[in-house]
Amino acid sequence: MTWPDYLVLVISILGIAVYGIWRSRKNRDLGSYLKGAGDTNWPVIGLSVMATQASAITFLSTPGQGYEGGLGFIQNYFGAPFALIVIAAVILPIYRRLKVYTAYEYLGTRFDAKTRLLGAGLFLFHRGLGAGITIYAPAIVLSTMMGWRLDLTIIGSGLVATAYTVSGGSDAVTHTQKYQLAVVFAGMAAAFGVLISRLPANVSTHDVFTVAGGFHKLEAVDFSVGFGKRYTFWSGMIGGLFLALSYFGADQSQVQRYISGASLRESRMGLMFNAICKIPMQFFILLLGCYLFVFYQFARPPVLFNETAWNQAMATPSGPRLTELERQFEAAHTEKQAAIARWLDASHHGDAPAVETAKTQAAAANERETQAKKDASKAVKDAGIKSTNDTDYVFIRFILRELHHGLIGLLVAAFFAAALSSKAAELNALSSTTTIDFYRHIVKRDDAHYYKASRLFTVFWGFVAIGFALFANLSENLIQATNIIGSIFYGVILGIFLAAFFFKKVKGTAIFFGAIVAQLIVFACYFRLGETITYLWYNVIGCGLCLALACGVQAVLNRRKELAS
Amino acid sequence: MSAPEPKMETEEESTGLPAFPTWRGVYAFVILFFAVVVTLMVLLERAFA
Repeated sequence: MTWPDYLVLVISILGIAVYGIWRSRKNRDLGSYLKGAGDTNWPVIGLSVMATQASAITFLSTPGQGYEGGLGFIQNYFGAPFALIVIAAVILPIYRRLKVYTAYEYLGTRFDAKTRLLGAGLFLFHRGLGAGITIYAPAIVLSTMMGWRLDLTIIGSGLVATAYTVSGGSDAVTHTQKYQLAVVFAGMAAAFGVLISRLPANVSTHDVFTVAGGFHKLEAVDFSVGFGKRYTFWSGMIGGLFLALSYFGADQSQVQRYISGASLRESRMGLMFNAICKIPMQFFILLLGCYLFVFYQFARPPVLFNETAWNQAMATPSGPRLTELERQFEAAHTEKQAAIARWLDASHHGDAPAVETAKTQAAAANERETQAKKDASKAVKDAGIKSTNDTDYVFIRFILRELHHGLIGLLVAAFFAAALSSKAAELNALSSTTTIDFYRHIVKRDDAHYYKASRLFTVFWGFVAIGFALFANLSENLIQATNIIGSIFYGVILGIFLAAFFFKKVKGTAIFFGAIVAQLIVFACYFRLGETITYLWYNVIGCGLCLALACGVQAVLNRRKELAS
Repeated sequence: MSAPEPKMETEEESTGLPAFPTWRGVYAFVILFFAVVVTLMVLLERAFA
C-alpha cells in the first residue's frame, strides 16, 4: 500500500468513527444509550441489521468460497426471508409491547429469573467467542497480506470499535453502520468492475458463465436429501430457517438494532428490507468469487494465495518438494488454459462434440492442478506454517495485485468498516445484556449508575474480544467457522424462545433444565459426530431437543404436582 | 387531564405502501420474490451446465 491508500483508509475509518461519536453526543441516559433515541427510520434499521450480520469475514472470505465451491453456499441463507417474516409478524410486536432493552428480559417476564439468566448467559458465552473471531478473522488475513503485525492490527481495530461504542452506545453503532456499509459496497463494486475489465478482451460475459458453469461453479441449488452435505436446498430451508430465527430473533446484537425503530412499521420495514436483499447480496459476493475463478483460468494463479505462508515454507526443508509441486501445478494449468481456449472456440462455432472433448480435457487438467494445490497445502502445513484456509486469501491477493492505488485503500477500508460495524454491534449487545440481565438484577441502583456501568461493560467486552482474538487459531474457512460456532448454540437459544412464544404450558423450571440438557447433548454430538451431520442441522437438533425435553420435564412436574395434591 | 394512551401497535397497522396496504401482502411479496430468485438461480445453473 502507498500513501494514497493509507489516506483513504484513515479518512474513511476514523472519519466514520468520529461521526458516530458526534452524532450520539446527546445520548447520556441509559435508555438512549442502549436503545437509541427511538427515532430510527426503516432504511437505517435495514442497513444496520445488514451491517451487523455482514462482517469483514463476509466480504473477505465469501468470494473465496465462491472461487472454490461456487454458488452453492447461497443455500445457507434460504431460511432467512421466512425467519424474518416470522420475527416481523410475531416476535417484534412482543418485544415492542414489553419495551424491553434485551431479548432476554422477555424470558424473565414469560418464565423466571433463572431462565432469563440462562438465555443471557448462553448469548454472552457464544457471542463473546464470536466477538473475538470478528476481529481476529480479518486481522489475520490483512496482516498476512499487508505485512502488518497481527497483534497491532487486532488491537488497533478492536480499540477503534470499542472507543465509539463506549462513547455513543446504540445510536453511534446504528448511524456509523450506514456509512460503513456505503464504503463496503463502494469497495466491492469497484473490485467487481476491475475484475471484469481485467478479463481478456475476447472473453464475453457468456464465455465467463460457460467456463464457470463447466466447472460446476454455478450450481446454486441442490435438491438432494441427506444430512452429510453441507449446503442443500433442504438444509438451507430448514437448518437455515432455525439459524436465522435464532440469530435475528434471539441474538441481542440483532434485536438491539431493530427494537430501536421509531415505530413498529419502521422496524418491520427494516426487517423486510433484509428479507429481500440478503440473498441477492450474498449471490453477488459469491458470483464475484466465480468471476475470480474464471479470471484465474486466463491469468496464472499462484499455487497458494497465501503468499507469506508459501514463502515461509519455501525457506524450510519442504522447499524442494514445493518447487516440484509448483512445476506440476503450472504444467496442469497451462494444459487447462489450452483446453479452455479450444472449448470456447468450439462453443463459438457451435461444434458440440469438440466442446465435449475440450471440456473433458479441461476437467482432467483441473483435477491434476487441484491435486497439486492440495499436496502443496499439506506440505506447507507439514513444514509447521500456520495459516487459515487458503480460500480466505483469494480475494485480498487479487485486490493487492490487480487494483490501482487508492482503490486498494478503499477495499482495505471496506474490510475494516465491515469489521468495525459488526464488532461495535456485538460490543453494544454484550454490554446491554451484562448490564440489564445480570448487573441490574444483582445490584439495585438508579439508571445513571447503570448507564455508567454499561459503558464500563463495553470496555470490558472490548478487551475480552481483543484478548481472545490475540490467542485465537482457526483452520476452517472463516465464514464457515463463524456459522459453526453459532449453530452449536443457536438451536437451544431458539428452543427457549419458541417455548416462550408458542408453548404456553411450559414453565420456567422445565425449560431451564430442558435447555441445559439439550445444550450438553448438542456439544456431545458435535464433538463425537463432527461433520457427519452438517452444522446447519445442529440448529434444528438443538431446538427440537430443547422443546422436547422441556415438554417432557413439564409433564413429569405436572404429574408430581397432581400426585402431591 | 391524563395523557393520551399510546397507540397499540398491531398487525393491522398500515404499511404505508400503496401497492401493499396490509402486512400479509408484504410477506407474500417477500416469499414470491424468494421463489423468483431461486427459480432464476436454477435456470442459470441449467443454462450453463
